[in-house]
Amino acid sequence: MEDGAPLLAVEGLRKWFPLGGGLSARWSETVKAVDGVSFTIGAGEVLGLVGESGSGKTTLGRTVIRLAEPTGGAIRFAGRDITHLSRRALRPIRRRMQLIFQDPFASLNPRMTIGRILATPLMIHRRELGRRAREEKVAEALELVGLSARFAGRYPHEFSGGQRQRVGIARALILGPEFLVADEPVSALDVSVQAQVVNLLLELRARLDLAMLFIAHDLAVVAHISDRIAVMYLGRLVELGPTAALLAAPRHPYTEALLAAAPVPDPARGRARVLLAGDIPSPVNPPSGCAFRTRCRYALAACAETVPTLHAVGPEHASSCIRDDLALAAPG
Amino acid sequence: MSGAGEPVLEVSELAVRFASTGGEVAAVNGVSFAIGRGETLALVGESGSGKSVTSLAVMRLLPGAPACRVSGAVRLAEPDGKSRELLGLPAEAMCRVRGDRVSMIFQEPMTSLNPVVAVGEQIAEAIRFHRGAGRREALAAAEALMERVGIPEPRKRLASYPHHLSGGQRQRVMIAMALACDPEVLIADEPTTALDVTVQAQILDLLKRLQERTGMAILFITHNLGVVAEVADRVLVMYAGRVVEEAPVGPIFRRPPMPYTAGLIASVPRLPTKRAIPISVEKEGKRRLVAIRGNVPDPLHLPPGCSFAPRCERAEPGLCDRDVPSVEEAAPGHRVRCVRWRELAGSAA
Amino acid sequence: MSAVAGASVAVDAGARPGRQALRRFLRHRLAVFGLTTVLALVLACAFGPDVIPYGPLHIDFRARFAPPFAGPHILGADQLGRDLLVRLLMAGRVSLTIGFAAMLISTAAGTLIGAVAGYFGGWIGAALMRFVDAVLCFPQIFLLLALAAFITPNLLTITLVIAATAWMEVARVVEAEMKSLRERDFALAAEVLGAADGFIIFRELLPNAMAPIIVAATLNVARAILLEAYVSFLGYGIQPPTPSWGNMLNNAQEYLVSAPWLAIFPGVMITLAVTGFNFVGDGLRDALDPRLDRG
Repeated sequence: MEDGAPLLAVEGLRKWFPLGGGLSARWSETVKAVDGVSFTIGAGEVLGLVGESGSGKTTLGRTVIRLAEPTGGAIRFAGRDITHLSRRALRPIRRRMQLIFQDPFASLNPRMTIGRILATPLMIHRRELGRRAREEKVAEALELVGLSARFAGRYPHEFSGGQRQRVGIARALILGPEFLVADEPVSALDVSVQAQVVNLLLELRARLDLAMLFIAHDLAVVAHISDRIAVMYLGRLVELGPTAALLAAPRHPYTEALLAAAPVPDPARGRARVLLAGDIPSPVNPPSGCAFRTRCRYALAACAETVPTLHAVGPEHASSCIRDDLALAAPG
Repeated sequence: MSGAGEPVLEVSELAVRFASTGGEVAAVNGVSFAIGRGETLALVGESGSGKSVTSLAVMRLLPGAPACRVSGAVRLAEPDGKSRELLGLPAEAMCRVRGDRVSMIFQEPMTSLNPVVAVGEQIAEAIRFHRGAGRREALAAAEALMERVGIPEPRKRLASYPHHLSGGQRQRVMIAMALACDPEVLIADEPTTALDVTVQAQILDLLKRLQERTGMAILFITHNLGVVAEVADRVLVMYAGRVVEEAPVGPIFRRPPMPYTAGLIASVPRLPTKRAIPISVEKEGKRRLVAIRGNVPDPLHLPPGCSFAPRCERAEPGLCDRDVPSVEEAAPGHRVRCVRWRELAGSAA
Repeated sequence: MSAVAGASVAVDAGARPGRQALRRFLRHRLAVFGLTTVLALVLACAFGPDVIPYGPLHIDFRARFAPPFAGPHILGADQLGRDLLVRLLMAGRVSLTIGFAAMLISTAAGTLIGAVAGYFGGWIGAALMRFVDAVLCFPQIFLLLALAAFITPNLLTITLVIAATAWMEVARVVEAEMKSLRERDFALAAEVLGAADGFIIFRELLPNAMAPIIVAATLNVARAILLEAYVSFLGYGIQPPTPSWGNMLNNAQEYLVSAPWLAIFPGVMITLAVTGFNFVGDGLRDALDPRLDRG
């Protein structure tokens, strides 16, 4: 890898799905789940990705890690273009980038013991390892995520959600990757357990120097773990900036609304201020111009005309809102 | 409307036992509470604490004996000042109460709505069943309800099917169905957990406004204390089938004497406040969240003494693991189940 | 420290899915009855002929048309004076062997075809499943008889012919299962790890489809026994003098009035075997129901 090049560089990434599928695809509409997204992640850096369901954040995560083939744009990982690599060609790269799933109940094979689940990556990528060496590695991985090595013989259904999520993390880490896509890793968990898992990820990140794309719909969780935050709405990034700057002075009305909607455990603050009406529009038929304008309280007639692009609004800070005159509120 | 002091729903010594292969499991163990008119009581706890089972027991939606045994009493206030016990009610009479005087909404509206019936029909059906209204009349009422719960273009939406609607819209439909007969009590079981924060804020706001208008009592079940702070008047914290703390919302957030409640509050991820941001986010923003260690205990093998003791940072060996602590009144309206509450309250102040 | 404590409690330890399924199966009375019947039949057919003093081809002219439950031939004897009981048990060996072997072959073929069709989907899946539909369009008996007309009937060919007409259901079941399994997160997890298709199909997904496969396989045994009886009865199957339940029935037709037991006993054996396997299949279906299979 050349010096200074980021670990992951995504340029103008698009992932469109045909509606209806099959032979009729040519005549039907497409869903632009991801439509022209660009960002970079440096080695050891955590980029948080926030957005509502339907914003395309999960598709973006899965496309970046090449579980899906992009419709357009480019993905460069460790200096290599992986945009259109075949599954076979991707194989050696799989060791270096892994995925953590949202639902710890669905992501572990119910018919396998924890030990076998964790041995799977080794059987694929480390065939030279013998049975003993494999078992040792599995035990190490379990201890790494705070589980006892004794659990290797048990089945997933014997564990709680938080424990299963730890197993999922161990599976992602056992090959020693440099980059993780964490797709809502805590949103299926109870708040009390959520904190345990976030702390574990913080710890592992510091210890293993992991780069991460951390996807969540909860800005507060993302703020705890990310160096920078990207806000996604209907397939596009609307704001991207360093965590501190983005939280202190959001530059996009959507970010402002997300900040206001996060519940705060303080009854003195009173009830949630609802800044957003309605739901995210259908990605099949997005509004013209700025997709957010239909729910935006600052929208002008000009917002409907052209699709706004990210432009710099501060150091490393970009927003796609054309109204640079707004003074948006941060929580506090 | 009468004041909040007069309870509309009173639950006393509710206990639910499930028969399981490993023995009998006490999912709910002597839970008592009351909700007044126009009041929101939040029932808080992790998964497995027994909070949802409590609500299902109140609604009589649990399987019957021998799979499950329910004891205790659930009293619903009658207009004549007397009260009606629901647990002993014949099944048909309970059907009349359910959905009419006590309604319920769930976490995932998709599973509670019939996928092949238009939502307007589904709301109208509730009205026809309980009020005996005609079809036209019921549909008109359904349209009015949909407008009331903030569904845009209700007339057009009457004919929509559940899968046409977004998660937030479906939850609004569920709320409309639950409100069809102006219930006195609404039980909301994690109604916003599956929703995005922006939609969650809308739904919480909607529930609050509807409550102001109808004066219904709300039993709001959740694991997220951030949500509790925004909706509740009083809070009931459950752990391993027992109530461990009950208090008005203000005091519980200011100074929770019970370590479990304190842990639940602390584990809610917070956005850094404005004042703190410029100096500390670089270091502080990545700080660890406060977590409760461990997991909810296996209900078949509850630890001796206080069930929370093995996970509690303040537990004292020999004291906390001896007997199940009794409930004590820490302040008027503030009940605590913790042997060390006096010391802890002192040290926290 | 907090992390280790976080893992100290495993819910419902020790209750393996298999043990729970067994408990549910044993609670199913008809299934237990079916299993007992099947086991009794298998044991009787395996060891019975060695205990009985007559061979299946031993002809005792004095005992022609000997009625059952009177004299040395417990279930009587046929028109040539051959002991009916030993012939029934020898026929059982043939019928049960064909039943199990046809089940194994048809299940393996159906599983493979269904797994490939369901996993890959697209045009491969469509082509395979349309082929399945096409085969299913023929009434099974016609198909069976048409195939039987082209072969010299013996144990192996009859087994293959029966298997060739019974794999489609399994293929359909497996295809549907695989389609939904491959969308599950753990299948995606294997894909992210760079696992090859064969690895994902056989190691990750198929074990999760075992329940419906086992149920279909059990029911297939019953069906194969019935089909064998059918073709043998029509004279296209196992050829005399080797006994099979089907050709014994065929043989008994002429004596239906004079010696009804010659027809009744093979009929009872077929009924016992078929209902036995069907009950076991039903029991397994309930016991392995994934909706009850959550810990």
